[in-house]
Amino acid sequence: MASGKRESFDNPVVEWIDSRLPLFTLMNKEYGVFPVPKNFNYFWNFGAIASFMLITMIVTGIILAMQYTANIHMAFDSVERIMRDVNFGWLIRYIHMNGASFFFIAVYIHIFRGMFYGSYKAPREILWILGVIIFLLMMATAFIGYVLPWGQMSYWGATVITNLFSAFPIIGEPIVTWLWGGFSVDNPTLNRFFALHYLLPFIIFAVVFLHVWALHVCGSNNPLGIEPQDKKDTLPFHPYYTMKDSFGLLVFLILFCAFVFFMPDALGHPDNYIPANPLVTPAHIVPEWYFLPFYAILRAITFDTNLVMLGGFGLMFMPFFWNVLAMLVKQFAKMDLPRFKAMTPKAPFLIGGLVVAGAGFALSGLIPLLTDVTIIEAKLGGVLAMFGAIVLWIFMPWLDSHPVRSAMFRPVFKTLFLILVVDFIFLGYVGSQPADAMLVGLPLSIFGLIATAYYFAFFVVVLPILSVTEQGKPLPKSIHDAVLSQHKAAKAAKK
Amino acid sequence: MDNMKHAIRFFLVILALSPAMAYAAGDAPHAPEQDWSFSGPFGTYDKASLQRGLLVYRQVCAVCHSMKHLFYRDLEALGYDEGQIKAIAAEYTVTDGPDDEGEMFERPARPSDKFKSPFANEKQAKAANNGALPPDLSLITKARHGGADYVHAILTGYEEAPEHVELLPGQNYNKYMPGHIIAMASPLMDDQIAYEDGSPQTVDQYAKDVAHFLTWAADPYMEDRKRTGIKVILFLLAFAAVMYAVKRKTWADQH
Ligand code: HEC
Ligand code: HEM
Repeated sequence: MASGKRESFDNPVVEWIDSRLPLFTLMNKEYGVFPVPKNFNYFWNFGAIASFMLITMIVTGIILAMQYTANIHMAFDSVERIMRDVNFGWLIRYIHMNGASFFFIAVYIHIFRGMFYGSYKAPREILWILGVIIFLLMMATAFIGYVLPWGQMSYWGATVITNLFSAFPIIGEPIVTWLWGGFSVDNPTLNRFFALHYLLPFIIFAVVFLHVWALHVCGSNNPLGIEPQDKKDTLPFHPYYTMKDSFGLLVFLILFCAFVFFMPDALGHPDNYIPANPLVTPAHIVPEWYFLPFYAILRAITFDTNLVMLGGFGLMFMPFFWNVLAMLVKQFAKMDLPRFKAMTPKAPFLIGGLVVAGAGFALSGLIPLLTDVTIIEAKLGGVLAMFGAIVLWIFMPWLDSHPVRSAMFRPVFKTLFLILVVDFIFLGYVGSQPADAMLVGLPLSIFGLIATAYYFAFFVVVLPILSVTEQGKPLPKSIHDAVLSQHKAAKAAKK
Repeated sequence: MDNMKHAIRFFLVILALSPAMAYAAGDAPHAPEQDWSFSGPFGTYDKASLQRGLLVYRQVCAVCHSMKHLFYRDLEALGYDEGQIKAIAAEYTVTDGPDDEGEMFERPARPSDKFKSPFANEKQAKAANNGALPPDLSLITKARHGGADYVHAILTGYEEAPEHVELLPGQNYNKYMPGHIIAMASPLMDDQIAYEDGSPQTVDQYAKDVAHFLTWAADPYMEDRKRTGIKVILFLLAFAAVMYAVKRKTWADQH
């Protein structure tokens, strides 16, 4: 048993507690002497920053909840009362409002950091998947939270987004009615949203706990993407990273406070200062900025998916589907079917499938019984694409089976990934614009579709193909080696 | 160091883009920017302008527009003392009750009452305004892109409608209203309200003062917020500098 090997503490009170419940031993093991690669850059700060923001949101949220009224006739006024008549209510609310944005900024950087340095690869798959789940829960929480002040964007955003579920055939409409608790977004909706908005952050907290647990089992990745081999490659978490994280957090907080105190409404939409009115639709319904890239993907799918296109998509992932089928057959029919060696996508299938899907798209509606059979209507296609865009992240460890983790040693991956980041930000811009906007004389929706295509192609085509074709640069012998030679180079440059 | 520069640059790009995205939405013609004393991180309200703005609101706008999030006692922030606030409130009659007989009764308003609304309900407000609802003004500068600039622009932006635009009865043409058609007739004229402090009695000045007042009404804690903000940012800067030194020292044996 672990407690048998417990080292005793000098302080008698600490020792008394620790010998009964080894909290101090645990903290020391996980946050004191815990070995961490010594070559982190500042991108590794954002996990700690995100945790800080989660706590900030929970604390300010609970204080808001003490004054907030979840009733359609009172919600807007109760928030205004917080802003005007509750001591420091304006501060608490502005921290909560801008805190959601900065929480997302931190988490987006954290996620793209993970993609860049290959942190999703073995043995960190579960750690990665838990992260994606946290992100999905955050999106749900923030969306629901935005409904609570019951402004025009709250109401109409809720109406548009909940209505998306009606795209699913047969079960769609009942699901929407069930979500609403009625036949439109109304008082029951607001009430359950408040209940869920209170609940979800604590579920996020629990998943964060699992996420950190998994992290402390496999250890952190690092900018070189190679595992530490011995003590020379690591440092104890305290004081090295406690100090570095604190510094990074403070810099982040300076930017955060600049928004809270000097432009608290800059990230919000003015329409949410107009009380919700079911009879007046805003000219232009937009979600909060952190949803915009996904909103653009939703709106990019304006075409129906026909039988041939679906067949093409299926063909792209044939090896995967076939192997799953073979496994099921073996399980239930005790019969061995020939299998593909790995589950990961293969270039011939990917490209063949893409060609079929492209042909199906080009010939939409022209070939009876093939391209004139709509399988997925445009609206449902958009919804699937939007959720798929995030769910895809879960499969990254298998879509990318390249043995090298870090983009520093994969120049092609690095370039295409940085294009993906730009593509994603561009999608955000597309999402912020009205559906009929133009760019350089062409409908913006065309650019939105191209950007969406690149987004998906990066994950399902580029990653699997690069896994096989990219050579990669030679890896350093160890973290220690790389750090030493970097220092030598830096010193030589100074002379 | 290089990594840090990358990190910061990346972060700044994201930051720079996000508000641009949020704001890229407006389709109304841009309201010209005015010179406000409350702009910028050190900006404060100009009490004289706030008092003139209150006068414009009370004499003109209050005929149609409510400001239901404000209490008369809030006027203390404009520099009025208790007696003056009592006097202002007492000019309005509000319904109170029920009394011990169960009857509602009228009484002069007190500082603890909310601003009296001109109409009993939305239907009455619409009926009096050709079917258009005059919005509550307590939050108007937060509820429109451009804020105070926009309110000033609306009040000064009335024009003859161009030939191709046909106005129905009750409609007016305004350069800055999205879609240009507005149900509110131009509410201000030169010399309409007598100013006692010698400020120009022009539509432009009235519009500036009332927009100033409405900005305060929507954001009454702005001065507190900015003052606190300066202290918080200075504290964080100093703390970050110390942390940076501590971090350098901690890592010294590694470099
Ligand atoms: C005779 C009644 C009346 C008076 C007096 C009046 N308004 Fe209005 N106001 C309206 C109506 C009606 C609307 C709604 C216009 C519409 O929706 O087309 C309106 C709309 C507005 C709007 C919103 C425009 C928009 O973007 O939707 C502002 C701002 C405004 N008024 C400010 C003022 C100010 C400031 C004053 C005082 C100087 C004032 N109004 C005086 C009737 C009035
Ligand atoms: C994951 C953490 C959280 C996120 C991302 C989040 C997000 C949001 C957002 C975006 C809003 C709308 C802000 C606005 O425009 O006014 C909001 C409002 C609100 N949240 Fe949260 N929240 C979180 C945690 C919590 C918690 C734990 C509570 C506690 C019960 C809470 C209580 C509230 C209340 C009462 C409001 C309505 C008041 C207001 O709109 O300012 N939140 N939240």
